[in-house]
Amino acid sequence: MSDPGYKELPKGGLILEGGTAAKYETGDWRSQRPVFIQENCINCSFCWIFCPDSSIIINDGKVSGIDYKHCKGCGICAFECPAKKKAIIMKSEAEIEG
Amino acid sequence: MVTKEKAARTGNEAMAEAMRQINPDVVAAYPITPATEIVQIFSGYVADGLVDTEYVAVESEHSAMSACIGASAAGARVMTGTSSQGLMLMAEVLYIASGMRLPIVLAEVNRAISAPINIHCDHSDTMANRDAGWIQLFSENSQEAYDNMIQAVRIAEHPDVSLPTMATTDGFIISHGMEAIELISDDEVQKFVGKYQPAHPLLNVDKPITAGALDFTDYYFEHRRQIAVGMANAPKVIARIGKEFGDKFGRYYGFTESYKLDDAEVAIACLGSTAGTARVAVDNLRSRGVKAGLLKIRVFRPFPAEEIANILKNVKAIAVLDRSDGLSNFGGPVFNEIRSALYDLPSRPLVVDYIYGLGGRDIFVADIEKVYQTLSDISKSGKIGDLVQYLGVRE
Ligand code: SF4
Ligand code: SF4
Repeated sequence: MSDPGYKELPKGGLILEGGTAAKYETGDWRSQRPVFIQENCINCSFCWIFCPDSSIIINDGKVSGIDYKHCKGCGICAFECPAKKKAIIMKSEAEIEG
Repeated sequence: MVTKEKAARTGNEAMAEAMRQINPDVVAAYPITPATEIVQIFSGYVADGLVDTEYVAVESEHSAMSACIGASAAGARVMTGTSSQGLMLMAEVLYIASGMRLPIVLAEVNRAISAPINIHCDHSDTMANRDAGWIQLFSENSQEAYDNMIQAVRIAEHPDVSLPTMATTDGFIISHGMEAIELISDDEVQKFVGKYQPAHPLLNVDKPITAGALDFTDYYFEHRRQIAVGMANAPKVIARIGKEFGDKFGRYYGFTESYKLDDAEVAIACLGSTAGTARVAVDNLRSRGVKAGLLKIRVFRPFPAEEIANILKNVKAIAVLDRSDGLSNFGGPVFNEIRSALYDLPSRPLVVDYIYGLGGRDIFVADIEKVYQTLSDISKSGKIGDLVQYLGVRE
């Protein structure tokens, strides 16, 4: 299916729905990956509050992982994590990918 | 029955009066000579409770237009005013207003741009933004400034157009020149502009939308193409609204105004206040048996190319008066567009350009008569001489 032409598209670059950022996979840009280490986590939710891309996944009040489709690898979560032994550490994508 | 009231108004006062009668939802503005009075007078109306407008005092023209964009995207009827450096500072966001198809109305007072610094009239500021996707209306006097502001709201907001519109006057010559103008009653203006019904207001929480999103190579072109469609739809809308305005209030508006062009052999084309001076020159020449005519252009964007070609097709020699210099070494913007509009005619008139009036340099009837004299020589000899000349500059 080809993309819509100018005659069909809503005017002015409008997208006629909200929350469309979820459909845009900003995770492609990442060069650093936050890696979650469950046993170090004190469930303070700081990472969830600070993440600018809503990429910390929380279930039942506990961090359960990271949404790598949208996480852009800024490192804020790892920086803010107050746990004595960091529960999020940044690793190079290049190293992980090999 | 339409109530008509005669009143003495400068161009700025006339535009502020129109804004009061339109009663927009939001005005965001920053003062700049010679447009300051428009929003200053209007802010008085806000302070006195004569309008319902939210007045946003901002720290720059860039912020003024940005606030207008936000308010317009939210679904408000929005207006502002500026001039010269102010319009230049807005330039970046002017393109965003048109790209987002927001029907903002701008009262623009044509003024020279720096350097050297100068506060007087020429068209450099408006012409510098001629490709910003804004509809541009030029006014010859306070009356037209007033009428253009009222029509601008309807043109901009028409769903087939959805483009921001600037109604312009000439700095000091019109903006500060007092004239008797005919005012329309508040009630009639309200009826004429009607209620703004935005198609997709951002504030409608029941139908959330995303505005101002990023386009990559796969969508940008399509969205820009749509703006051209809005501009292509504008002539029909401008014509219809100009006629409706005339039917209601007795003053009809089109894209151009012809003066004694029917049998003219030589013609001048110009915009704004100079048309008044040129009309006197035409009368003088006619009394001496010269077949002189005048074409005044009211709508510069969209450019009425076909209409202009049709009107000027039988003229032998034309001088375009450009109150700004394209600095392209090939004449001013009005000259280039008119000359291009004539290209498809089976037999083309000869066309020359006169750059004039920069920085408020006065243009007199005698100057214009001299131009007609040159045109008569050109039409006799068939030789244009210099394609681009500078009128009224010291050598
Ligand atoms: S690296 Fe940045 S974007 Fe990714 S989860 Fe951490 S805070 Fe969010
Ligand atoms: S900031 Fe660190 S400790 Fe707190 S919830 Fe996130 S990962 Fe766990």
